[in-house]
Amino acid sequence: MKKKTKKDIPYFDNNIHWKPQSKIWFLSAVLAFVAALAFDYFMPFKQTVNPAPYRIFLLIMIVSLAVLYAVSSKFITLRRKLLHNAQFIFVAALALALWDFLTAKSGIFPLPFFPGPLQITDVMVKDYKMLLISALFSTRLFFVGLIVGSVSGILTGILIGWFRQWDYWLSPVIKVSGVIPAVAWIPIAIAVFPNSFSSGVFLIFIASWFMVSFMTAGGISATPKSYFEVARTLGASEKYLLFHIAVPNAVPNIFMGILTATSLCFATLVVSEMIGAKAGLGWYINWAKGWSVYSKVYAAIIIMAVSFSIILAVIGVVKNYLLRWQKGILK
Amino acid sequence: MSEPIITIKDVNSIYRDSFGHKIYALRNVNIELYDGEFISFIGPSGCGKTTLLRLIAGLDKPQSGTLSIQGNVIGKPDHERGYIFQQPTLFPWKTVEDNVAIGLKARGVYKENKNKIGEYINMIGLNGFEKAYPHEISGGMAQRVAIIRALINEPKILLLDEPLAALDAFKRIEMQSLLIKIWKTMKTTMAFVTHDVDEAIALSQRIVIMTSRPGKIRKIIDVKLGGRRDRNNDEFIALRKIILEELQLASILPEPEYSI
Ligand SMILES: Nc1ncnc2c1ncn2[C@@H]1O[C@H](COP(=O)(O)OP(=O)(O)O)[C@@H](O)[C@H]1O
Ligand SMILES: [Mg+2]
Repeated sequence: MKKKTKKDIPYFDNNIHWKPQSKIWFLSAVLAFVAALAFDYFMPFKQTVNPAPYRIFLLIMIVSLAVLYAVSSKFITLRRKLLHNAQFIFVAALALALWDFLTAKSGIFPLPFFPGPLQITDVMVKDYKMLLISALFSTRLFFVGLIVGSVSGILTGILIGWFRQWDYWLSPVIKVSGVIPAVAWIPIAIAVFPNSFSSGVFLIFIASWFMVSFMTAGGISATPKSYFEVARTLGASEKYLLFHIAVPNAVPNIFMGILTATSLCFATLVVSEMIGAKAGLGWYINWAKGWSVYSKVYAAIIIMAVSFSIILAVIGVVKNYLLRWQKGILK
Repeated sequence: MSEPIITIKDVNSIYRDSFGHKIYALRNVNIELYDGEFISFIGPSGCGKTTLLRLIAGLDKPQSGTLSIQGNVIGKPDHERGYIFQQPTLFPWKTVEDNVAIGLKARGVYKENKNKIGEYINMIGLNGFEKAYPHEISGGMAQRVAIIRALINEPKILLLDEPLAALDAFKRIEMQSLLIKIWKTMKTTMAFVTHDVDEAIALSQRIVIMTSRPGKIRKIIDVKLGGRRDRNNDEFIALRKIILEELQLASILPEPEYSI
């Protein structure tokens, strides 16, 4: 294998960053944010609202775009990514200005159901503690549930995929109970578990366990016979065949199971928090709705989008690390 | 000749086709493989070459007859009997060196033999590729890795089932000299299945000609060429002619033999 030297010119895949690598578009994007800021500053308001957080947010966007651009002179891939996304950033800034116009500036979209970016940023700043705690609470519940569910799923999957007896007795149970949406168990979970956290963990466990065990079992039993034969002629024991051949062979499947389970878990998490819990983003949304503070609902939804994206990215990093041997095989 | 290492006695191996008819993949096969020899098996496809090698490896059991290694009946597969498949079958999630290390790790002798991995990788000229994954190397390289993966266990016999069939002509010749080098330096008994008459003559001390339906040994030919393995050599050509005639007879006059 070639050793990488600093002088190596990186290879660019033009299919990834295919948009024009034009500085003009990037400059336009920055200027669009400036324009959105100017628009908000000079156009009079129809609704009464504290505009400071929104304006600071726009300023932060302008500054970070400029800083990123400056920094990217050292990191060519980052520069390419920035330029590739310039058109999107440009339109996003204009969309913000339009949203501002339709809400606080003109009242075309009425309150309380359609708050503008000003109300939402204002609420995010005022209620940041509550939102942060809710987001952390949801994240913790998610990870505890997903880890418990995935570990049990992997274990049952291994048992089912490897031992006929386990397959015979457990497979039908998993197949039948797996079609029940986890949220159907909410009434029982609330009644049986001592607090909302443990009942949440239980529901997320249910949501992930079936999917992960199903996929794990599939990956284990799909191990090519030739792999086992090679390993046996090399002196491998049954234990080695299971843990060093069948299980690694199932890892791509296991991750497919975990990623599918993740989206099921997001849904289960939010619903279970809305119904039974006293904390978390789902609870926050429900609580804000109760007081008809829709700006808080939107704020929580945005925070949720960000948190869940981060969670997916974290799982993606773990997956890419464990499946680094696949790099270049699949595309 | 030296001691027999593998003794095969009255071995029958039977499969059933979709009508339930018996197919004799091997019928009454008797042969001894000698310690340290290079023996080739050649014959039309379906004559039971793979079946025979798999029986020796312990991957399958015969319906009747016995196979033994140095007097002990062959049971389960064992690292003493290395097996090279037509496809390299490297494990895609393991790097080249981790693939080579499987035998050592599976047998729990990795620590004391770690340094051997580098030596074997050197021997096949793959230094620098230790950390490469199987999909990053060529088919010829992968087959070489498969060979040292078996060799690192220091097997008494290496069973090679058409290991060169998937390679192009240049790679084949390279690999043939690698096999000869291994055989000469490590004194491993080599049982080699091939489709290629010249390859069999170039490499072996004995050539076993097999026929199909039922799979039988037709003839065993001693190759007394020593080091004179030039393909244009008269003796080489004469030997090729004999083997081709045997093979032609073997395929022109099939002996259909079914029993229900
Ligand atoms: N798993 C199997 N099931 C049924 N028939 C088989 C099986 N393996 C081999 N055979 C039959 O046994 C005979 C010998 O096969 P094989 O040993 O693979 O031949 P070769 O390697 O010489 O081409 C063939 O007729 C083949 O169809
Ligand atoms: Mg074959």
